[in-house]
Amino acid sequence: MTGEQIMFYLLGGGAVLASAAMLLPPMGRNPIHSAISLIVSFFFLAGLYALLSAHMLSVLQIIVYAGAVMVLFTFVIMLLNLSPDEMKDTVITPGRIAAGILALFVFGKLATAIQVATAGAQAVDLNDPGFAKFGTVPEVGRMMYTSFLVPFELVSVLLLVAAVGAVVLAKRSLKYVDRPQLTPAAHEHDAPDTDGDAHDAASHGGGH
Amino acid sequence: MTTIPLGHILLLAALLFGIGLAGVVTRRNVLVMLMSVEVMLNAVNLTLVGFSRYNGWTEGHVLAFFVIAVAAAEAAVGLAMVLAVFRLKQTTYVDKLRLLKR
Repeated sequence: MTGEQIMFYLLGGGAVLASAAMLLPPMGRNPIHSAISLIVSFFFLAGLYALLSAHMLSVLQIIVYAGAVMVLFTFVIMLLNLSPDEMKDTVITPGRIAAGILALFVFGKLATAIQVATAGAQAVDLNDPGFAKFGTVPEVGRMMYTSFLVPFELVSVLLLVAAVGAVVLAKRSLKYVDRPQLTPAAHEHDAPDTDGDAHDAASHGGGH
Repeated sequence: MTTIPLGHILLLAALLFGIGLAGVVTRRNVLVMLMSVEVMLNAVNLTLVGFSRYNGWTEGHVLAFFVIAVAAAEAAVGLAMVLAVFRLKQTTYVDKLRLLKR
């Protein structure tokens, strides 16, 4: 067994253990502990990417996932301020056992397909001069800005839409669901003003 | 030439995907469900990186980059929705969200 293989099994085992700890008690009981074990799992995966010569993705995994996404998760969990009552989740029910068996079944099917599909696979030799820059930032960046320019720009639009959408969704309370007829434009025309006095006082201010 | 068999990389990815799937279908806390979706997306990224390593294709890395970007957008919007729903119902459990059933 070579050093490369030992590193692979160590990092892979760590990623699996950390992901499983996210779901199972005692770690999985508290969402903040789940988030922390997920961060550990992301670091193991970053190590795996580096082992597979995906240098840029390895760095991106740490910056974007462990840095940005998981900070978002931990902030939201802390913002929600969950009561201990809200953390009593892991109860075993027949439905959940069936769901777990379903997940095992999917894994079994995938494993069988993988064994058939990867028989006799041979990796390319990265010492070959043609692969000297494989997976590095210049190589991946060049491809991103040439062959994948249009998808790259679309992703930037997607991220902008997601950022604006997240702000709009999280900004105000959903009270307008109960009274959808109260729009500022409608109020300019109806003089009697029989409904929603508090809302009117707030929106018109001291103008009238 | 790498000494890691391709089958083992893909098996590890399948195992991570299975863990994520089990999390989505068994847990009822919407925060943990979102985290399990992230694990599934990471498993797919590992598959892309493994195949790229074996075939010498950089395209797989770019595709994995797009997956990371989409996952970041999904997490942002999903957590904003969790916040909005929590304000309305004071819970993060999907079993307790029955607005259509009343």
